[in-house]
Amino acid sequence: MEVTYREAMREAIREALQKDDRVFLMGEDVGRYGGCFAVSKGLLEEFGPERIRDTPLSEAAFVGAGIGAALGGMRPIVEIMTVNFSLLALDQIVNNAATYLHMSGGQFHVPLVIRMATGGGKQLAAQHSHSLEGWYAHIPGIKIVTPATIEDARGMLATALADPDPVLIFENSTLYNRKGQLAPEAGAVDIERARVHRAGRDVSLLTYGASLFKSLDAAAALAEEGIEAEVIDLRTLRPLDDETFIGSVTRTHRAVIVDEGWRSGSISAEISARLMEKAFYELDGPVERICSAEVPMPYASHLEQAALPNVERIVSTVRNVVRTHG
Amino acid sequence: MKPVSSRGTRLPVGREHALHLLRTMLLIRRFEEKSAELYSAMKIRGFLHLYIGEEAVAVGVTEALEPQDAVVATYREHGHALARGIAAGPIMAEMYGKQEGCSRGRGGSMHIFDAKTRFYGGNAIVGGGLPLAVGLALAEKMRGTNAVACCFFGEGAVAEGEFHESMNLAQLWNLPVLFACENNLYAMGTALALSETVTDMTRKAAGYDVRAEAVDGMDVLAVEAAAKKAVAMVRAGNGPFLLELRTYRFRAHSMFDPELYRKKEEVEEWKKRDPIVTFAGRLEDEELLDDKGLQGIETSVGAEVTEAVAFAEAGTWEPSDQLERFVYSDRRE
Repeated sequence: MEVTYREAMREAIREALQKDDRVFLMGEDVGRYGGCFAVSKGLLEEFGPERIRDTPLSEAAFVGAGIGAALGGMRPIVEIMTVNFSLLALDQIVNNAATYLHMSGGQFHVPLVIRMATGGGKQLAAQHSHSLEGWYAHIPGIKIVTPATIEDARGMLATALADPDPVLIFENSTLYNRKGQLAPEAGAVDIERARVHRAGRDVSLLTYGASLFKSLDAAAALAEEGIEAEVIDLRTLRPLDDETFIGSVTRTHRAVIVDEGWRSGSISAEISARLMEKAFYELDGPVERICSAEVPMPYASHLEQAALPNVERIVSTVRNVVRTHG
Repeated sequence: MKPVSSRGTRLPVGREHALHLLRTMLLIRRFEEKSAELYSAMKIRGFLHLYIGEEAVAVGVTEALEPQDAVVATYREHGHALARGIAAGPIMAEMYGKQEGCSRGRGGSMHIFDAKTRFYGGNAIVGGGLPLAVGLALAEKMRGTNAVACCFFGEGAVAEGEFHESMNLAQLWNLPVLFACENNLYAMGTALALSETVTDMTRKAAGYDVRAEAVDGMDVLAVEAAAKKAVAMVRAGNGPFLLELRTYRFRAHSMFDPELYRKKEEVEEWKKRDPIVTFAGRLEDEELLDDKGLQGIETSVGAEVTEAVAFAEAGTWEPSDQLERFVYSDRRE
């Protein structure tokens, strides 16, 4: 059946609430408003205000309360409107959620799921459009997942909730309206492995989130020129599945990373470093990166589009890599 | 600010209980004096924040709690941990960094944890523990238990947004939280009056419709009585309560503090109200304790501290190849 990414995510939340009394959803406007991206629309009516909790605009308090509730035996899903707002709760995420297991010598784990929207492309300017998931991936103690496909939107939440440790789910906001086929029996998926989305022999396109679809479009265009790009959806940014992307590069000998985050200190830099460390002699040429321009995201559409990775840049970069290092 | 006093009334508790309170305060005092000594001997490193002078607060409040209740404390939490019943040996071993420590040497002085007594740290971010307590209380409420969450924090934390957000959320959702604000008048070296326009914590609580009371934090009986009353209200489903415990830190903020920000006379003035000395004096006045009895308590506390040090000394170093354990859980559901 055809569903949107939003509907797949909503169904995942519904199923979690139905299956486990310990699960509840809390965040700003998740109830009466239906969620700022309408993901939780209808859930308040179905599950009531005890389990679909509208919170004040207090990111630190409700994220911290999510941690406390998780410590107290619940399985909270905390929704933060956007990644930029999550910075108001950074203390709770980095100083508490990520550290409690370690600081307590293994006594207290934090089975918490935090969902938030990320990414640009909707002319929301410099305080609503950034991609900070790679930055969060720097932190030991939390897991970072980035569902791009409908299947992952449907299936990652259940696995994240079953995880004993905090999992942050980053949902690129441009994906919510995206439609796709979903098997009626679709359910939990792993959050450990990257996935080869399209096989190819000439170059590996390593990407995640909304950039997956840009990369797939680029690969289709390149195929017409006779360049076969392999497209890998990383899916989880921490811990990274080195085996899958290094395996791909070992076959293609060329790597181009597409990352909506800023270039400096990014997840693409980390992947590039790991390729250097573990697959240096497999490479026919330097690793290339396509990232967002290093500016706070501008409002004007043409400027915003110029800042984000796009299909044309991916095509021309890959073309150059394949021709130069043939 | 004038401390609230409740001296002069007859002892409202039995002798045995009074001696138990005295002994617990004395254990904290002697344990920490030893800790300071061991810090100088370089057995304990990192930060060491002593609670000396404030013992009546942790002891009095903790007496009001039940085993099923959750406790969140600050980086100055040796007293709370001991009052909660965590054995002195594992606490001392934690400060040594030994794997027999209550946090396996991963936490140190500022991060005492204990699952058995529901002691959730040892949080060293000022204000950072308050949202956790709100969440622990939320879990109890959603699970339909009658447990409460007790959160200790200093008056310095009221300058943080997390304090205000937590007060509001706890009251809004009618959650069973006891906010125990230990007002020792200084946030590290900054006097309360230099950092806050409103210095009365109960007035801050009123801003969120949270019930509150200020208590003489140097009087263990006053603290215990107020805490029992507050916990009973919280446990009965009346929402959170803020207890302001007016107290004083006799020692420096940490081992690196030359105390330039307060006068020696001020410290000496407060020392006259030492919660242990005054309580022991009161028990002697009422003929519930004599010199021999006090000596007996000293001896027993001293032995417990000596034993704790021996336990820590005999502890072992976790092999470095175990370094990356406890970053993620070993098990899945």
